[in-house]
Amino acid sequence: MSTTAADASARIRETFGVEAAVDGAMVTVVVPRELWTELAHFTNRVLGCRYFNWLSAIDWKEHGLEVVCRLENLDAGLVLTMRTRLGPGETRCPSLAGLCRGADWMERECYDMFGVRFEGHPDLRRILLSEDWEGYPLRKDYAVDTPFAPYR
Amino acid sequence: MPDTLTKQVVEVGYGGNERLMMNMGPQHPSSHGVFRMILTLEGETVVAVDAVIGYLHRCHEKLGETLTYVQYPSIASKTDYVAAMTSELAYVSAVETIAKVEVPKRAQYLRVIAAELQRIASHCLWLGTWCLDMGGALGGGATVFLYCIREREMVLDRFEELTGARLLYGFHQIGGTRYDLPPGWDTKVRETVDFIEARLDEYEAMLEENTFFRVRTQGVGVISRELAQAVGVSGPLIRGSGVSYDVRRAEPYSSYGDFDFVVPVETAGDCYARYRVRMVEFRQSIRIVRQALDGLPEGPISSRPGVKSVGQVRVPKGEGYARVEGARGEVGCYIVSDGGPKAYRMKWRGASFSNLAVLPHIVPGHKVADVVAIMGSVDPVFGEVDR
Repeated sequence: MSTTAADASARIRETFGVEAAVDGAMVTVVVPRELWTELAHFTNRVLGCRYFNWLSAIDWKEHGLEVVCRLENLDAGLVLTMRTRLGPGETRCPSLAGLCRGADWMERECYDMFGVRFEGHPDLRRILLSEDWEGYPLRKDYAVDTPFAPYR
Repeated sequence: MPDTLTKQVVEVGYGGNERLMMNMGPQHPSSHGVFRMILTLEGETVVAVDAVIGYLHRCHEKLGETLTYVQYPSIASKTDYVAAMTSELAYVSAVETIAKVEVPKRAQYLRVIAAELQRIASHCLWLGTWCLDMGGALGGGATVFLYCIREREMVLDRFEELTGARLLYGFHQIGGTRYDLPPGWDTKVRETVDFIEARLDEYEAMLEENTFFRVRTQGVGVISRELAQAVGVSGPLIRGSGVSYDVRRAEPYSSYGDFDFVVPVETAGDCYARYRVRMVEFRQSIRIVRQALDGLPEGPISSRPGVKSVGQVRVPKGEGYARVEGARGEVGCYIVSDGGPKAYRMKWRGASFSNLAVLPHIVPGHKVADVVAIMGSVDPVFGEVDR
């Protein structure tokens, strides 16, 4: 089993043909959406990154949403950050909930705040906001003072 | 006639094949905040849990994009308000990582002292409230609660002398700390930790020799090593499940490499294991506080000038993630900067959020009364869950 960041980077490059930048113990991989679950499986099973740290998204305005996920191999001290750009106007992303149970709530939060629709998530509904909330607050086009009747 | 009635009651109430939905919360005393669990029961046994969170959501991440790097640290302390020192530290560390700001050695030591005292205060509150929740089984759990709150109050008094505030401190700023130690403070801190250390033996004697306490915690709420990693729990929860993961060791920040301390690990994964981990952490924190006070270097407490305007701190374009070991586990902050005075995107990785996410996996199969014991052993702070 490969353990160092350089090893992990090399193996990802030869398996998926994508760049894997190394910075200390951290490997950052940018993949197209089609490879998202495949890379997560590879990271989890082959590289031993079984610790699910967090998952979130960034809104790049006209360039669309980007989903970021951080997985770790605690024994080897390896950190892997996976990133994928969904593309302008696109909100679908494959779910990791079947692979890591921690992705369940994190993906629900990401859906709640950004409207990313995780395909294959068993129970995708809002988690922090109420069911009747309109819009996705962490998107850049959602104004801080958006009215919410009857409260504001 | 009475016979038939009795029979009916027995069939419906104790047959075990009827499912009942029970709402626990959002104002349940054991939730220590606002948290709702929809329990599906078969008799007295829980078969499914739907956890409803978000009652305390205050848009922390949106605020992080709306307020400047100078303004936000005081808001950061409101995420985990029971351990405000560490949540502030996570935020300023993230900004320092991206901006490549050096922190003077003295400030790093002051941060360690504050963080470890905060851990002691937070664990005091956890122990007290947890024992209060299990109440009657401990022969009136309010005893432990009052003792613990008394000890916590002593630490809060030290924080008040240091920062002027009891709970939300504003102690950290980008580049260092805002306040230096007041005269005579270190002597008082030493007295405080000496007092608490002596009391810990009493708590352990009170609890561990109590059969009811052991029965209610041992073998209850077991988190396996695999589950702990798959869900991403951290802090005493993951260390109680046999994984030696502590951010202070995994990625030492703020001079933690200078101190000699032990990371406790228990393998049972139950409530009792988590209790043991926290009891050892109390003592290790006291050890670190003493070492930091002994070796406190002289020098400046901040590498940056005092704050004059809200837009003063500018961070170059880039992104970074910084994490610290809070009282409840890994508290992290991920910031994307576009070069302006505000973060473009800020994400909190709250320890309580991930820790609480384990509940639906461990509660089924237990009795309703155990739900309270398990919840308490997870030690969630809802400010950090809901952010």
